[in-house]
Amino acid sequence: MDFSRRDTLGLALGAAALTVLPFRVSASSDAAIEEFTGGAAVGEGGITLTAPEIAENGNTVPIEVSAPGAVSIMVLAAGNPTPGVATFNFGPLAASQAAATRIRLAGTQDVMALAKMADGSFVKASSTVKVTIGGCGG
Amino acid sequence: MASGVKPRVKVPKKAAAGEAITIKTLISHKMESGQRKDKEGNLIPRSIINRFTCEFNGQSVVDVKMESAISTNPYFQFEATVPEAGDFVFTWYDDDGSVYDTKKSVAIG
Amino acid sequence: MTKPMGTKTLTAIAVAACAFAAPAMADESASLVVNGEIDMVTRTAAPAHISDVMDEINSGWLYRSDETQALQTDDFDNPGMIFVDQALETWDQVDGSEGKSCASCHDDVEGSMAGVRAVYPKWNETAGEVRTLAHQINDCRENQMGAEKWKYTGGKMTAMEALISVQSRGMPVNVAIDGPAQATWEKGKEMYYTRTGQLELSCANCHEDNYGNMIRADHLSQGQINGFPVYRLKNTKLNNAHARFKGCVRDTRAETYKPGGSDFVALELYVASRGNGLSVEAPSVRN
Repeated sequence: MDFSRRDTLGLALGAAALTVLPFRVSASSDAAIEEFTGGAAVGEGGITLTAPEIAENGNTVPIEVSAPGAVSIMVLAAGNPTPGVATFNFGPLAASQAAATRIRLAGTQDVMALAKMADGSFVKASSTVKVTIGGCGG
Repeated sequence: MASGVKPRVKVPKKAAAGEAITIKTLISHKMESGQRKDKEGNLIPRSIINRFTCEFNGQSVVDVKMESAISTNPYFQFEATVPEAGDFVFTWYDDDGSVYDTKKSVAIG
Repeated sequence: MTKPMGTKTLTAIAVAACAFAAPAMADESASLVVNGEIDMVTRTAAPAHISDVMDEINSGWLYRSDETQALQTDDFDNPGMIFVDQALETWDQVDGSEGKSCASCHDDVEGSMAGVRAVYPKWNETAGEVRTLAHQINDCRENQMGAEKWKYTGGKMTAMEALISVQSRGMPVNVAIDGPAQATWEKGKEMYYTRTGQLELSCANCHEDNYGNMIRADHLSQGQINGFPVYRLKNTKLNNAHARFKGCVRDTRAETYKPGGSDFVALELYVASRGNGLSVEAPSVRN
């Protein structure tokens, strides 16, 4: 999709308006977490989220998630107008509970990954990605 | 059907039985987010691929729920176990009801 | 080329004024190997005609972040290759009143187009003018196939340019600047050093005086076009040189020239010649 500078700015402003503060998790991402975990406690550890510290362009940010033994991994970008990114459900022939993809980030924010483990427990990891805006729109 | 949609997948042609192999997939798609407006100020409706699956001989490798934050020309990389010779089937599901799929055979050796 | 005293300093101040904290992200010492087999020349001695202004020419790849650099190291990771695949199908498709496809005259693209990208833009004796690769594609479509011309910066065109360029990947850019092409080249050179727009910036102000510096959040490159058409993360499609020139000229807040027009043809020849010696990289990946 073609994003003009104005479109991108619009996305960024929309994101800012939704979250008020760039790092506050929006209500809709709380809802997404609630739906994924069913309200269960979420621990740390056992999950890795790899993302660049600085993304050269928010349109295409490479990320990788890995949670050995997970049934599924949900990725959220709370600073986007809609926080959902993807949910990976691993089948019996997945050789690892890991995947890489490319995502859109409307601005600098924390990207979060939550994993549901085989025993029904949940863990999460997050990573701050700075998104550069400006320079030569070309 | 969205125009010009073309899947590309990279799978080794051969694997040892039980070997873990890396798979990469890429498909051309605009992934219209539903957040943008056209020149008249009207919201452009969301039109994305919302699900991607990979199966081997009918068994699931990965089943991905995709949302509008997945970039244009969606890319995935993951690992699959190849228990025996057979076929990988990759399927992408479009918001507009279109389904794109492609198949790759793997030999044991 | 001698420039008025102080030009470089003034421009450096102008660029610095609109710069902010520089993301220290580019690895300018990295080397580019595509698919583990094509060794790209991303830095080499400047061609003689610009050796008075710079010693070394650098591919724009060197100025990008690690993540963006990585996208170009494997054809599967490079989203630009989607369009190369599409153009490969177009290559065999009959179009127009003559019942011909590209393949009807040129057979396999691998054999017939090897080396072509490296020498374009090029003097066309019959037409009596310098032509770009895109012009040549449209000439074939119009006069050989009896088909409609493609939009100069459109998706069909950039994809076909990319397919043809891929056949020259790793070969050094080697456009001719003398003989009948010289007048066009001189015109392009004059454009390169002429300040335009409300910001009064020439190509040289950014890409000769300030490469390696930041312009706001962007790491300025030398503006080399050896990687064109380029897949840009910004607009997630292939862009040819004239589309990029248009963006640059617009960013100086000037009326831009027409893609495919004689002004940009001259500029393309000149800018391409500044990269003589760098590898053809297309489709490259940039931000």
